[in-house]
Amino acid sequence: MMTGLSLERGHALAIHNLSLEFPTFSGAIKALDNVSIDVGKAEIVGIVGESGCGKSVTTMAATGLLPKGRYDITSGSVSLFGRNTLAMDDGELQDVRGKVVSTIFQEPMNALNPTIRIGKQLTDVIMRHEETSLPDARRIARDILADMLIGEPERVMNLYPFELSGGMRQRVLIAMAFSCKPGLIIADEPTTALDVTVQAVILRLIQNRARRTGTSVVFISHNVAVVSQLCDRLYVMYAGRIVEHGATRTVLEAPQHPYTQALLRCLPERVAPKQELEAIPGAVPSLLHPPAGCYFQPRCKEAVDLCRSRSPRLAGAEGQQVACWRRGVASETSGQEGRQ
Amino acid sequence: MTKGVHTARPILEVSDLHVRFPASRNWLGRPTSHVHAVNGVNLVVHAGRSLGIVGESGCGKSTLAQAIIGLAPHAQGRVAIDGQDFQAAQGRERRALRQKMQIVFQDPQSSLDRRLPVWRLISEPLHIRGGYSKAQLHAKAEQLAVSVGLRPEQLDRLPHEFSGGQRQRIAIARAISTDPDLLVLDEPTSALDVSVQAQIINLLLRLQRDRGLSYLMISHDVALVRHFCDDVAVMYLGQIVEAGPAGEVLRNPRHPYTQTLLAAAPSLESPLPAIAEARTGELPNNRRLPASCFYKERCGQAAEGCETPQVLRRAGARQIRCHLALG
Repeated sequence: MMTGLSLERGHALAIHNLSLEFPTFSGAIKALDNVSIDVGKAEIVGIVGESGCGKSVTTMAATGLLPKGRYDITSGSVSLFGRNTLAMDDGELQDVRGKVVSTIFQEPMNALNPTIRIGKQLTDVIMRHEETSLPDARRIARDILADMLIGEPERVMNLYPFELSGGMRQRVLIAMAFSCKPGLIIADEPTTALDVTVQAVILRLIQNRARRTGTSVVFISHNVAVVSQLCDRLYVMYAGRIVEHGATRTVLEAPQHPYTQALLRCLPERVAPKQELEAIPGAVPSLLHPPAGCYFQPRCKEAVDLCRSRSPRLAGAEGQQVACWRRGVASETSGQEGRQ
Repeated sequence: MTKGVHTARPILEVSDLHVRFPASRNWLGRPTSHVHAVNGVNLVVHAGRSLGIVGESGCGKSTLAQAIIGLAPHAQGRVAIDGQDFQAAQGRERRALRQKMQIVFQDPQSSLDRRLPVWRLISEPLHIRGGYSKAQLHAKAEQLAVSVGLRPEQLDRLPHEFSGGQRQRIAIARAISTDPDLLVLDEPTSALDVSVQAQIINLLLRLQRDRGLSYLMISHDVALVRHFCDDVAVMYLGQIVEAGPAGEVLRNPRHPYTQTLLAAAPSLESPLPAIAEARTGELPNNRRLPASCFYKERCGQAAEGCETPQVLRRAGARQIRCHLALG
């Protein structure tokens, strides 16, 4: 659990220096800037950040889910179990999605077809990727629904999505995601629309099944508490850049980057009742005209001149890396010039 | 909630409130069955204090807020503001009472008219009250905008030009424009990022200190309620199952439902609960209410005596609706 940094086991997903832009009439929106994310085999990795920080764009770019022609990848590479997804055509991507990588989205109602029974939707996915007969596919679907703690899976398979509650629908989607035994699951805010009691069950189901089958999971969330309970390692994103990453415990107990520190300080959980919360002043920068230097510098209390002119790179030991001139990187003041 | 130790006067008193909506009708158009959204709620908010209402979606917490403010019809019960019965009041008197309480909704995107400039949005409640010139309204709006942290030069813009946090500031400025005693906050920060949530919570706390406002906050975020509220009431299927001082109830829950809810709430300090601990099934159908304790079906501790409906009983500073928890 603690040391998820087992690189020798090979990567499920390796995103290297990915930069991505959305061209618009008023200029390019720099959605991702040199994002590198590694997900080891059988590892659960979290990506946290506020809305608009690029956490979903990262994984959608990696799985080819962004609309074709509406974005430019300006640098970087993506390797999914050693295969370059950026160079794949639609047909290849369709074979990869579902079989190799599977995504669970936030809104289960939008991800299911409202006019088709649950059973058919599940068996369609299974038969698309595996050579099975319909009875076999139904048996696989039934087993996996039962594994998701859905009582009477036979009956549920004959229902339409609207007949299920939000929690049930999300469990059906998780079942669908796991049904073709993919090596990697991307869970994009899968519990944000759900109640806490249902959320706890769903997180457990994802965790148990992933651990048992050795599936890697990328868990995207804005909720630091949820990520802390589920993930081995985490990446903190801010305005399209990774600002900190490391083992979950380390990052949350001893955050290094001023943004991570501020993010944890504004949670009401760790403050005495009625005390003023330490809000982060200002707002997230526009990615159309990002500030010079570090993107967090306009809101950062510790910013110095260097922060306003040059962007820091991730640096530090494998266990915890941080992109900040005032930490790690900046401590070797003489080495600054060489790092640029 | 009532605790008897406060000397502060009660601003809002709700007694035995029931809200139900027709679910089906016969050929004459008469309702044949009902959704029972709120089933006998009693609560008190004292001057300058905050009461939080927590519960799962569908437990009736938003309906309760709407019934208090007069946006949902209630079948039975009494809502009194500052000692005056809101339901019995008519016409001018009712409007005056209504201006003593205002509501802030969850999603400022849809709760603000997108065609009105900010100064009109903020001063609209005063415009409705009447007796102000346009210049006076504009001046008043400017004063309110500054008090919630907006800049005066932003007053002529339209809501879409603002971020979610700023829009929520506009909604708050609008709500305090009539100088109300009570603000009903229906999930005021759940559409916002945590860094912005902190700004809004700080603003609400400051307004409470400066203006002596009372709050009724509806939320599903237990950590936020523990931070923000003096008292808390936990709702389940339209009833309050446990109520009392927020710190006490949310640190040491005694009703089985409150215990499950708190175990499931994500936290930096505690690990993910085991499935058995969190798994509680789903909210029962509120068309036909159970004859037993409402929570019996999902309760892990159900025993003899749970077949009868439970009543809210006092135990020290708090109230609990469970004969087992009371011992």
